[in-house]
Amino acid sequence: MTPLAAFLIVAALVFAIGLAISLTRRNAILVLIGIELMLNAANLNLIAFWRFGPHAGHSDGLTGMMFAIFSIAVAAAEAAVGLGLVIAYHRHSKTTDLDAMTRMKG
Amino acid sequence: MIVGIAFLLIAALTIAGAVAAAVLRNLVHCALSLTVTFAGLALLYLQLDAQFAGFAQILVYIGAVAILVVFAILLTRGAGIPEYRGFSSGWLLGLVIAAATFALLAWAVIKSLPAQVATGAAPAATVQSIGAALMSSYVLPLEIVAVLLTVALIGAVIVAMPESTTPQSKAEDGGGR
Amino acid sequence: MSLTAKLDQIFVLLQHWISGFFPLWLQPAVGTILAVIAIVATFPGIFAVTTVLERKGLGRMQNRLGPNRVGPLGLLQPVADGIKSLTKEDIVPASADAVVHFLAPVVLVAAIFLGFAVLPVGRNMVLMNMDAGLLFFFAIGASTELSIFMAGWSSRNKYSLLGAMRAVAQMISYEVPLLLSSVVAVMMTGSLSTVKIVEAQSGFTGIFPHWYVFTPWGFAGFVLFVIAALAETNRSPFDLPEGESELVAGYFTEYSGFKFALFFLGEYLGMLSIAGFGITLFLGGWGAPFSFLGFVPSWGWFFVKLFGAIAFFIWLRGTLPRLRQDQLMNFAWKFMLPMTLLNLLVAGAWRFLGEGWSRWVVCSAVLLLAYVLLGRVLMRKQNLGPRSYRYAD
Repeated sequence: MTPLAAFLIVAALVFAIGLAISLTRRNAILVLIGIELMLNAANLNLIAFWRFGPHAGHSDGLTGMMFAIFSIAVAAAEAAVGLGLVIAYHRHSKTTDLDAMTRMKG
Repeated sequence: MIVGIAFLLIAALTIAGAVAAAVLRNLVHCALSLTVTFAGLALLYLQLDAQFAGFAQILVYIGAVAILVVFAILLTRGAGIPEYRGFSSGWLLGLVIAAATFALLAWAVIKSLPAQVATGAAPAATVQSIGAALMSSYVLPLEIVAVLLTVALIGAVIVAMPESTTPQSKAEDGGGR
Repeated sequence: MSLTAKLDQIFVLLQHWISGFFPLWLQPAVGTILAVIAIVATFPGIFAVTTVLERKGLGRMQNRLGPNRVGPLGLLQPVADGIKSLTKEDIVPASADAVVHFLAPVVLVAAIFLGFAVLPVGRNMVLMNMDAGLLFFFAIGASTELSIFMAGWSSRNKYSLLGAMRAVAQMISYEVPLLLSSVVAVMMTGSLSTVKIVEAQSGFTGIFPHWYVFTPWGFAGFVLFVIAALAETNRSPFDLPEGESELVAGYFTEYSGFKFALFFLGEYLGMLSIAGFGITLFLGGWGAPFSFLGFVPSWGWFFVKLFGAIAFFIWLRGTLPRLRQDQLMNFAWKFMLPMTLLNLLVAGAWRFLGEGWSRWVVCSAVLLLAYVLLGRVLMRKQNLGPRSYRYAD
């Protein structure tokens, strides 16, 4: 197993665990935690490919690193907005239980 | 072993943190194990010679996102009472989907890789070259991310801000005069 | 090597000599371990001296003697404090979260010790010469906030939680001016490596050094850095989170014995490391203040400056009253952030105005004008009259 394959499998595992958190837990904040884990796994993929991949692209072969840095910034912004939404919903209905957020059902 | 012992330890730490975040009942414990996962990922970036990304990961994720998550947990009163049923009703299906995703990704990685890997020296990613790239080739994404962060900041504040006047107080003022 | 050069490099030579006894493949590891042992021995030693200096200094400023029982002039007080904290009973509240309660001081001290790794104590005396050294230090500083939150939350105590939230809000608010005020020094050096920043300040014109603090933007950056550093380490006048008169002891109320000593150690070591970084960024690191004083070893100058910074912090603690939480946050966001951004602009103008006296005048004038205007605008709404006194009857 090459080092690249090892890093990619770790990233895939973290992605799967993040997906499991988002799909199985009840609390809205835990869903956001799962989303952050998925974004981090994608970042690890990007950096692993930057390190072990070919560098034939323009701008001195920094593409993977740049992509990862912008992804970190965007993920932070998205976490802020998502948590703001959860706080606003909690203020309105005093719960963060996803199974109870069924007002738009049916 | 082609992959060293350090990599195995850090990967084990990361995955343990992620599994703990999935399984624990207490929300603040989940947030703290998420922090351990972030730290493990930062160490993996450092092992991949991506110094700037590793330190930016620590600064942004552990220094800001983890604290944001913890504050949100405290503000939504999720900290004291453990969840009486932490898992939603369709948890088995979710677990199966996640396992299938991992199986698919791992199969794709193992089947497709051996021909393509270039394990040479690390590409030079000094902070100076990153700065130069940000100002020359990546200046448009930089400006767009700046606008995005400003919009997200203002939007999050407006969404989470409590409403200042309610219709009831206005009616009382009108009726009492 | 001449005698002064040997004295300057004495610790490096000692490290090479000791690691020479080991086989070749083990030598880098041994060298690193020796440097780590030196750091772990030196800085807690300075911490011990700082505690006794602080108590006696504060005592003198408040017109009383400090501790004077243990040893000559009370100078062995840290030994007594150490023995006391090691032998006190370690009380953990029954409803506290035991694992997080135990881990919080450990995480704090570990993170703060990591921050010393990129501090250049002397010429060629830095543990890790990283390309992004300054970013490493600020990233580690950001992780200490999480340990403060862990301490406050795990105690299950209203006062602890309140103190922890206040402390985290304060540290996050002041992190932005801290980073921005140090970006100025990075901009003029062209590198994030602490070794390169010190080397860029090691020249002399005549007898005066090229320290960044002697330029308008460097002076403003240094002042802003010191204020933000005081707030980051919860040091007076920003010590509301541990305000003894309001919150018992803030986020470490429920800690006793050795864990309390660890928090104390972590806080003071944080103060030492951030003072060390202020010296590295603006005060020329291990450089001598005048060119004819170059015979004193570089590590000697660093520790002299460090003690000067500690004395200044103790002086501030004894002099200024505490800032309230909303005053603190207003100050960070409404005053320090615009000033640091303006400082960046002024530093850029400095670079592009070219050599000569005009850039001194322009940059100083812009900074002074901004300071006066911003101060006036922010103080407009406060109707501060002349001081009045109420005497107890």
